[in-house]
Amino acid sequence: MNDNRPKQTDRQVLRVDNLRIEVKTDAGPGPVLVDDVSFTLCKGEVLGLIGESGAGKSTIGLASMVYTRSGCYITGGKIVFLDNDLRELNSDQRRNTRGVKIAYIAQSAAASFNPALTIYEQVCEVAVRHGLMNFADAKREAIKLFRELELPNPDTFGDRYPHQVSGGQLQRAMAAMAMVAKPDLLIFDEPTTALDVTTQVEVLASFRKLIREHGTAALYITHDLAVVAQIADRIMVLRHGKMVELGDATQILQHPTQEYTQKLVAERVAASTHEFVESDESGEALLKIDRVSASYRTLVKVINGVTLDIRRGDTVAVVGESGSGKSTLARILVGLLPREEGDIRFAGESLPPRLKDRSKDQLRRIQMIYQMPDVALNPQQTLLEIIGRPVSFYFNKSGDQVRQRVTELLRQIDLPESFITRRPGELSGGQKQRVSIARALAAEPELIICDEVTSALDPLVAEEILRLLKRLQDELGVAYMFITHDLGTVKRIANKVAVMLKGQLVAFGPTPKVFAPPFHPYTELLLSSVPEMRADWLDEVLAKRRQLV
Amino acid sequence: MFKLISQRVALGLLTLLLASALIFLGVEALPGDLASKLLANNATPENLAALRLELGLDRPMLVRYWEWLSHMLQGDFGASLSNKRAIIGDLGPRALNTFFLAGYAAVIAVPLAVALGIIAAIRQGGIFDRLVNVVTLFSISVPEFFIGYVLVMLLAVKIRLFPVLSNVTPDTDFMQRLYLTFLPMATMVMVVVAHMMRMTRASVLAVMASPYIEMAILKGLPKWRIVVQHALPNALAPILNVVALNLAYLIVGVVVVEVVFVYPGMGQWIVDSVSKKDLPVVQACGMIFAAVFITLNILADVLAIISNPRLRHPR
Amino acid sequence: MRLFGHKLTASAQIGLVIIAINVVAAILAPIIAPYPEADIVGTAWGPPSAEHWFGLDNLGRDVFSRILYGARMTIGLGLLITLLAFVLGTIGGFAAAVLGRWVDTVLSRLADLMLSMPTLIFALVVLSVMGTDIPVLIITVGLLYSVPVFRLARAVAMNIAVLEYVEAAKLRGEGLWWIIRREILPNALPPLVAEFGLRFCFTFLFIAALSFLGLGIQPPQADWGSMVKETGQMIALRPIALYPAGAIALLTIGVNLVVDWLLAIHSRGHGEEV
Repeated sequence: MNDNRPKQTDRQVLRVDNLRIEVKTDAGPGPVLVDDVSFTLCKGEVLGLIGESGAGKSTIGLASMVYTRSGCYITGGKIVFLDNDLRELNSDQRRNTRGVKIAYIAQSAAASFNPALTIYEQVCEVAVRHGLMNFADAKREAIKLFRELELPNPDTFGDRYPHQVSGGQLQRAMAAMAMVAKPDLLIFDEPTTALDVTTQVEVLASFRKLIREHGTAALYITHDLAVVAQIADRIMVLRHGKMVELGDATQILQHPTQEYTQKLVAERVAASTHEFVESDESGEALLKIDRVSASYRTLVKVINGVTLDIRRGDTVAVVGESGSGKSTLARILVGLLPREEGDIRFAGESLPPRLKDRSKDQLRRIQMIYQMPDVALNPQQTLLEIIGRPVSFYFNKSGDQVRQRVTELLRQIDLPESFITRRPGELSGGQKQRVSIARALAAEPELIICDEVTSALDPLVAEEILRLLKRLQDELGVAYMFITHDLGTVKRIANKVAVMLKGQLVAFGPTPKVFAPPFHPYTELLLSSVPEMRADWLDEVLAKRRQLV
Repeated sequence: MFKLISQRVALGLLTLLLASALIFLGVEALPGDLASKLLANNATPENLAALRLELGLDRPMLVRYWEWLSHMLQGDFGASLSNKRAIIGDLGPRALNTFFLAGYAAVIAVPLAVALGIIAAIRQGGIFDRLVNVVTLFSISVPEFFIGYVLVMLLAVKIRLFPVLSNVTPDTDFMQRLYLTFLPMATMVMVVVAHMMRMTRASVLAVMASPYIEMAILKGLPKWRIVVQHALPNALAPILNVVALNLAYLIVGVVVVEVVFVYPGMGQWIVDSVSKKDLPVVQACGMIFAAVFITLNILADVLAIISNPRLRHPR
Repeated sequence: MRLFGHKLTASAQIGLVIIAINVVAAILAPIIAPYPEADIVGTAWGPPSAEHWFGLDNLGRDVFSRILYGARMTIGLGLLITLLAFVLGTIGGFAAAVLGRWVDTVLSRLADLMLSMPTLIFALVVLSVMGTDIPVLIITVGLLYSVPVFRLARAVAMNIAVLEYVEAAKLRGEGLWWIIRREILPNALPPLVAEFGLRFCFTFLFIAALSFLGLGIQPPQADWGSMVKETGQMIALRPIALYPAGAIALLTIGVNLVVDWLLAIHSRGHGEEV
């Protein structure tokens, strides 16, 4: 990647000096979203902005077009674009910069395309409305871009409405929409985050091709270091609206100087190393799922003939992309969706298909932790009520005993005792997820189903949660069924893995075995799609895929 | 889409049928029968039996319902109990008066409310928006008859611009009608505009908050084009819905206004007939009101279906 | 001043004061009213004076006293009907949301049917048949207004019922009653309280409209709607009708101001100022 890095003599496209953005409400000034951030961007260069949620990266991206969301205001600094300070332009001049010279590519194409207009109308709009081309020329340009972006049937693609094409295609169409007026600067705001991993690879590749061939400068905003490694020449790390570190991509990824960056990199490296948790076959059988099938009201089976087993102390990861049926499997297991065929045996006895036919003790022994800690905890209850309820419900304990047990559980999940009177609204995302864990533990279960428990959390917080789960497993011997789409998590925590595709199990076994040749083709596709921090990863994957085709 | 629309229309017709059954049964379900209720104190066995025969109460209920419904479909609403005249004769001119008044109000109110609603939404939080908010809160809080009387006080008593009562006859010419019905029209406009405007503003605001509007801003499009090309096509369905619902409200709200201005329409008639217990008239007027109300509701849904791009251009 | 742990805005305070005045008037009417409700105390259409602040009505009754007594009738009846509508509507709505299946289908279809009919016309038909007793009035309007309450309660409960903390309670094996009482109700309360206020306004506006049409509260009992009817025809001579009509408007505005505030604190989310 170093060979096509811009020389310092190249023309400067964007210079941001001491940018400051604040929230202002009727009640007075709010938090500072961006504080004293500066950077420059030259022609043909890609700068990656990286950080956790609340780092201010999207705010900076939008501010580069002198746009802020409602309630936010740019209160300081300069935004110099091609020698003009955009903040000093009047609204018409700003308007004539947006879309024409600086274009934006948003996270969700499905939401950012107007459902009432065809793709052509929206792609050509910028060029036509700003008087750069007539509609026929713009259409020709659009078709050219559709072809470059490898969209199917490029000649007629634009005649369709946004809801008529797939998410990955729409995301690429948004890139075409941004490029049609040949802007000098592109702003990518988490453009692949909403996509499945296998789709992400292709979209990422077409974005990179587009930027390189047109020599456009770009700001690439993402939370994923491995993604930014494929596309950026330089990287800026942000935290709480402040710059942590800015440097060459290779330097940031291989020799980070700041502690925070080091942590981020270390976390990502740990996720992509190939050291597996060794499978231990000594535990006695706990759960046996035997040729289970189920469907919702339609006749199509959402889960079809799935067989897998979990031993005591196991961590079995169930992986797959959206729509693979992995969450549905959990719903069948707990009885929310009754199975139609097959059997589920837990500790030797067959579990009734329906939730309401199960005994209190059967319910107690399988607990669940959810993806979104915000909606998994009743906002009106205190932690005492939330964690204490399973204690009093399953074990008929008195008020004092419940309080004592809750205190003990709080200690186990590393939360201070004083939190017992707090409500979920007063906790951070990671703390809420710990409370969810405590609530599950309060039932003293033998199996805990973890449904995407880390995917709503920032990477460093997620790692702490994973470590906590591991520690609790060592202490209590509880088994986990770990539903996730993130293969990095799987490698780190699971000793067995089940790969699901369209409601069926395509592979199941000890993690080292499933994730090593000979692969099931889908496992290989999935595995190869997980971005790695090596800069040449994307090229490798693409080369490998071309061979396969 | 055609399937959805025909389903909706069929459901509407079913609702209408059920409404007719309710209106018919409501009267049938009287404790004691209609005849004894009507005669009250002068009920002797003989004249009770005579009246029952006259009303056809000796035959099964379902047969009578069918007769009532099929006659009504042919324009025969039966005879009034109070003056023994055929209802259809009085219903025609009265229905015309009512629809004239409601239509008059709608022609003024709809464009006004939609325009004001869109302006308030675009200038959200501005002085105009705040002013509009206060005014609409006030007019929603105030009963129709209060607005009516205030208008009478101001425009008919203090300044003698308009008549206190809206006396129209079948011979009144069109311009004269517009003048005579100005105050009742204005009353209805004031009530309905507030509602319609609030709802229009809310639907436009909901659309203006979508990511594709932000995208249009980031494409550097001028504000008017964003509103006209990107927001309105998507806000159209909810706005049409709002309009149709408010028209339905208008046609029913006309009842109170007609009483205030002693306007010879269906509303005043139904109220009169309720106090006189002239049940055939109540049934007839009730059916017409229900039919218009239900039709407008169907129209609202059908328009919403038609203006939804996802339904218009299926995958 | 604070309420429900949130600071009251100026307009909410004004609203509360208006409501308080009305409630006090309603409760204390027999004590503070200078004249009895139905007594003729002077000549018809007598002008306002020191003895009769708002003047005398079409029969020579004291308008000020009748407004105080009218508050009693209007507010009491409004509350009673709203309560009935709420009991029926929320029980039905929660049952439909939590039980789902055929309970939901049947109740929702019924509600759709009721909503697609004009309320006023429906009430007129019922009242023409059943007569205009107060119990009939309460049941009819209460039933009619339980439909929109049902729709809201169902929607709110549905939104909460799909949240994972409710699923967690189900998985724990909690009973239906516990789930409704402990998990759903506390979170559904703010929108329901706001709806109660709005519904109360609609109710007494509706009763006022019925009384105005001569089909609601019957004379000689005082009620704001019927007072407007009795005095409205002579508005050209004496604008007495403006007092009861104004009282209706004032109370509605007061309730609306408080409702707006309630909705605003609800949409801002709870927990920040607990």
